Amino acid sequence: MSGRDDVELADLLRAAMSGNDRAYAEFLGKAAVMVRGFARRRVHAGLDAEDIVQETLLAIHIKRHTWRQDAPVTPWIIAIARHKLIDAFRRRGHRVDVDIDAVAETLPQPEAEAASERDVGRALAALPDGQRNVVSSISVDGMSIRETAARLGMSEGAVRVALHRGLSAIARTFGRS
Amino acid sequence: METGDLIRALQADAGRRRALSLDGIWLLALAVAAAAAAISFFVLLSPREDLSTAIGSVRFLAKFVYAGLLLATAWIAVRILSRPEGSLRQVLPLLAAAPVLLLAAAVLELAVLPQADWGARWIGRNARWCMLCIPLIGLAPLGLLLLALREGAPSRSGQAGAVAGLVAGGLGALFYAVHCPDDSPLFVATWYTIAVAVMALIGALGGRIIARW
Repeated sequence: MSGRDDVELADLLRAAMSGNDRAYAEFLGKAAVMVRGFARRRVHAGLDAEDIVQETLLAIHIKRHTWRQDAPVTPWIIAIARHKLIDAFRRRGHRVDVDIDAVAETLPQPEAEAASERDVGRALAALPDGQRNVVSSISVDGMSIRETAARLGMSEGAVRVALHRGLSAIARTFGRS
Repeated sequence: METGDLIRALQADAGRRRALSLDGIWLLALAVAAAAAAISFFVLLSPREDLSTAIGSVRFLAKFVYAGLLLATAWIAVRILSRPEGSLRQVLPLLAAAPVLLLAAAVLELAVLPQADWGARWIGRNARWCMLCIPLIGLAPLGLLLLALREGAPSRSGQAGAVAGLVAGGLGALFYAVHCPDDSPLFVATWYTIAVAVMALIGALGGRIIARW
């Protein structure tokens, strides 16, 4: 990651923090690419790099106020990714360090797993109905807040609250275990 | 859930922002923690009776320089450690300042005091009370600082909690020094240090529990 890339990324996050949602999505997309590269080089057997990407994006979202807007953003993103990677190692016990390269070919590839098997998906499934319906309507079904409100017969404000609580609850299932 | 789906949900939630920045949270926490320390001090203790003459003494004033330096350096350090990219290596020189000052004062004290007085000055009059009061004054502030730390994202919650304990210990030492009749750097270097270390230990344990994310 060059200095110019960091400046671009920092500009995006600054714009996002002052209310530009499109810049936020672009920032998260670029952060996901960066974290994916970081995680793929470090995950061992039993860990899926995409799980780390998703858990890191959630943590970035919940903790975005901990970025100092005048500081480089790349070290901040990577520090969060490292924290989530260590967390994931701990959650799965220390046996992940065992070298299984020799038998790797006989094991199912993590990429073959269904998307719903991912940790964030599992945490979503464990949410109370109200929050789960809202979060999956907006994420998986790709609906807007207004469409979700109309579909579920809720006010837009209630949808926003349920979305925020649902995402916070999913984030809490990682890390505070 | 695909990563793109997750990004959509996070984007939709982006409008909900915090009223306070992390720096604002820390500032608020320090103000409330200082108020809590002041209340604990006035409930538990009172200023020493010879305060007006003690103010002229270099040894008495040196206690406040030490406690103030500990408070200020630990305060800057905990704010750095409360962010994901903060590391202990970054803040160690800062955290070394107060102990180095204290050590220098103790060496100076040994140089100017006759050896016969070393023991009495070191033990002082109130060693046990000191080790009890600094943590008592600092306990409520530590709780408040750990709540602020929870709003941050420390990579090492135990380390950051320990430094929050140093801030609370600095507050405790600052207030306790007004009451404490023992002014020798030998006394401060020993008993204040033990009390502050206790606060750091409580902070480390508390941080690991409270500030995980």
